[in-house]
Amino acid sequence: MSSVRSSRSVLPGFGLSLGFTLAYLGLIVLVPLLAAFIRTSEMSWADFVTAVASPRVLASYKLSFGASFLAALVNSFFGLIVAWVLVRYSFFGKRVVDALVDLPFALPTAVAGIALTAIYANNGWVGGWMEPVWTAAVAKLDAWMPWASWKDWLGLKIAFDRPGVFIALTFIGLPFVVRTLQPVLEELEPELEEASASLGANRWQTITRVIFPELLPALITGFAMAFARALGEYGSVVFIAGNMPMHSEITPLLIITKLEQYDYHGATAIAVVMLVSSFCLLLLINLLQKWSRRHHRV
Amino acid sequence: MATTVTHLKAQLGAAAPASRATQDAPWVRWSLIGVALVFLGFFLVLPLAAVFTEALRKGIALYFQSFTDADTLAAVRLTFLTAAIAVPANVVFGVAAAWCITKFNFKGKSLLITLIDLPFAVSPVISGLIYVLVFGLQGWLGPYLDAGTHPWLGDWLNQQDIKVIFAVPGIVLATIFVTFPFVARELIPLMQAQGTDEEYAAITLGASGWQTFRRVTLPNIKWGLFYGVILCNARAMGEFGAVSVVSGHIRGETNTMPLQVEILYNEYNFVAAFAVSSLLAMLAMVTLVLKSLIEWRYAQSRATHD
Repeated sequence: MSSVRSSRSVLPGFGLSLGFTLAYLGLIVLVPLLAAFIRTSEMSWADFVTAVASPRVLASYKLSFGASFLAALVNSFFGLIVAWVLVRYSFFGKRVVDALVDLPFALPTAVAGIALTAIYANNGWVGGWMEPVWTAAVAKLDAWMPWASWKDWLGLKIAFDRPGVFIALTFIGLPFVVRTLQPVLEELEPELEEASASLGANRWQTITRVIFPELLPALITGFAMAFARALGEYGSVVFIAGNMPMHSEITPLLIITKLEQYDYHGATAIAVVMLVSSFCLLLLINLLQKWSRRHHRV
Repeated sequence: MATTVTHLKAQLGAAAPASRATQDAPWVRWSLIGVALVFLGFFLVLPLAAVFTEALRKGIALYFQSFTDADTLAAVRLTFLTAAIAVPANVVFGVAAAWCITKFNFKGKSLLITLIDLPFAVSPVISGLIYVLVFGLQGWLGPYLDAGTHPWLGDWLNQQDIKVIFAVPGIVLATIFVTFPFVARELIPLMQAQGTDEEYAAITLGASGWQTFRRVTLPNIKWGLFYGVILCNARAMGEFGAVSVVSGHIRGETNTMPLQVEILYNEYNFVAAFAVSSLLAMLAMVTLVLKSLIEWRYAQSRATHD
C-alpha cells in the first residue's frame, strides 16, 4: 500500500484536476479577495481609521456583534433542546420537523426577511400582540433605571427596530447548533449514562456532569458558526431592521450605503475589518473542530 | 390472570429504576418537545405560512396576475440562467477538487481544503463588493473595460458589448462565488471514505482514466453529487446580498427573483412581492424534501452495507 500511496500514483488526472482547481480557486476566490486588501492598503492610515472607526460605523459594529452574539446564544440554548428532542425522543411528525430545521439554509434571505417582517410588524400575527407588551416593558424598565437608557438598547418596537435584527439573525443561525450537535448526540454511548446512574448519580447530575461536557465542544462550534453567519447577514435583516443610522443599522448595510455613495475606499475598509473578523472566527471554528474530534477519540 | 399481570408489573417495577436513570421522565420529555416545537413554530413554520397567506391575501386571481408582469418574468428567466451557469461550473470544480484532494497526496492539502471553504466565511455583501473592486469602473480591470483609457481593448470589448458589473456576467460571477464550496465539500469527505481501491482495480484491469471515472467513481458519488447540486442550486437561485451589490437593479434586465421581491416590496406591491416569494419558498421546500430523501436513502444503503 505504501508504494501505491507515494507521490507517483497510477491514477490519472492529478495535474489536470489540481491545476484546474488552483486556477479556478485563484480566479474566483483569491484574486477578488486580495483586491479588497490591496485597495485598502492604498489608503493612508488616517483615512483608514476615519473610515472604520467613525461613530456611525462603530455603532453598527456594536449592533452587528451584539445582536449576532445574542442570537447565537439563544440558538445554542434552543438548538440544544431541539437536537436532544430529535435524537432522543420519538413523536408524531418528527421527520418533518427534522427536515424543516434546514429551512433557513434553503429559504432565500430576502423571502425570510419580508416574511418575518410581516409576522412581527405591529399588524402581524405575532407583532400585533407582542409589540404593545414589549413597548410597555421597555418603558417600565426605562422609568425604573433611567441611567441605563434601555430604550436605546432594546428599542421600543419589534419589527423596524433592534428586536427585529435579533429575530432575523436568530432565524438564519438556527440550523447550525442543531446540525453540529445531532451527530455527537447520536454517537454518545448509552453506557456512559448507565455507568453514571449505577454509580448513584440522579438524572440531573448525569445530564450536567456527564452528558453536557461531552456536548460542549460541538455546542461551542455551533455557536461560533451561527455567530459568524449572523455577522455577515444582510438580506433578511434589511427588511425588518428599520435601518436607522446609529441605532438599527448593521455593518453589511453600511458597506452598501458607502458603495451607493461611490465611497469605494470607505466600503472596502469596513469590508476588510469584517473579513479579518470572520477569518479569525473561521480559524477558531477549525481549532474547535479539531479539539472536538480529539475529545471524542479519547 | 389478574395475579400474573400484577406479578409482572411488580417485576417491571423492580427493573424500572435502571431505565429511569437513563431516560427522562414523561413530563420532562413532553415539556422539552413542547419547547422545541414552539420555538421552531415561531421561527420556521410561521414565516413559511406567512409567505403563502400574504401572497393569497387578495385572492387567487391577483396571485396569478403577479406572474404576468414582464419584469417579473424576466427576473425568473435571469434566475434560471444564473443557476444554469453557476451550478455546472461549481460541479466541474467540485469534482476536480475532490478528485485531486482525495485520490492523491500532496503538500498543502489541508490549506487547500480550508481555502475552498473560504467563501462561506465571507459576508454576501462583501462577496459582491470584491467583484466591483475587480471589474467596476474604478476597479483593476475597469479601465480596460472602459473604451476611453485603452482604446484597442476597450473598443473590442465594446464591440462585443461586454459589461461585467451592473450586468449579467457580474451576477453570475458573484453567484459562483457564494455557491463555490457546496459541491466540493459534499464530495471530499465522501470520496475520502471510499478510498482509491476500486479505481486502482479498474486501472489495473486496463480501463482508461475517463472510463474509470465514469464507470467506477461516478456511480459511487452520484448521490453525494446530487446532494451538493440541490444545495448549490437553492443558494444560487436565492442569493440576495452579493447579487444586489453587482446587479445595478435594472428592471427587466439585471434583476433576479430575490431582487424583484425587494423592488416589489419597496413599492408596497405586497401581493406581487409575496407571490414571487412563494415560488422561492416552494423551491426551498422541494430542496428540503429532496435533501431528506437522499439522506434517508443514504442511511438505508449504509444499513444494508453494514
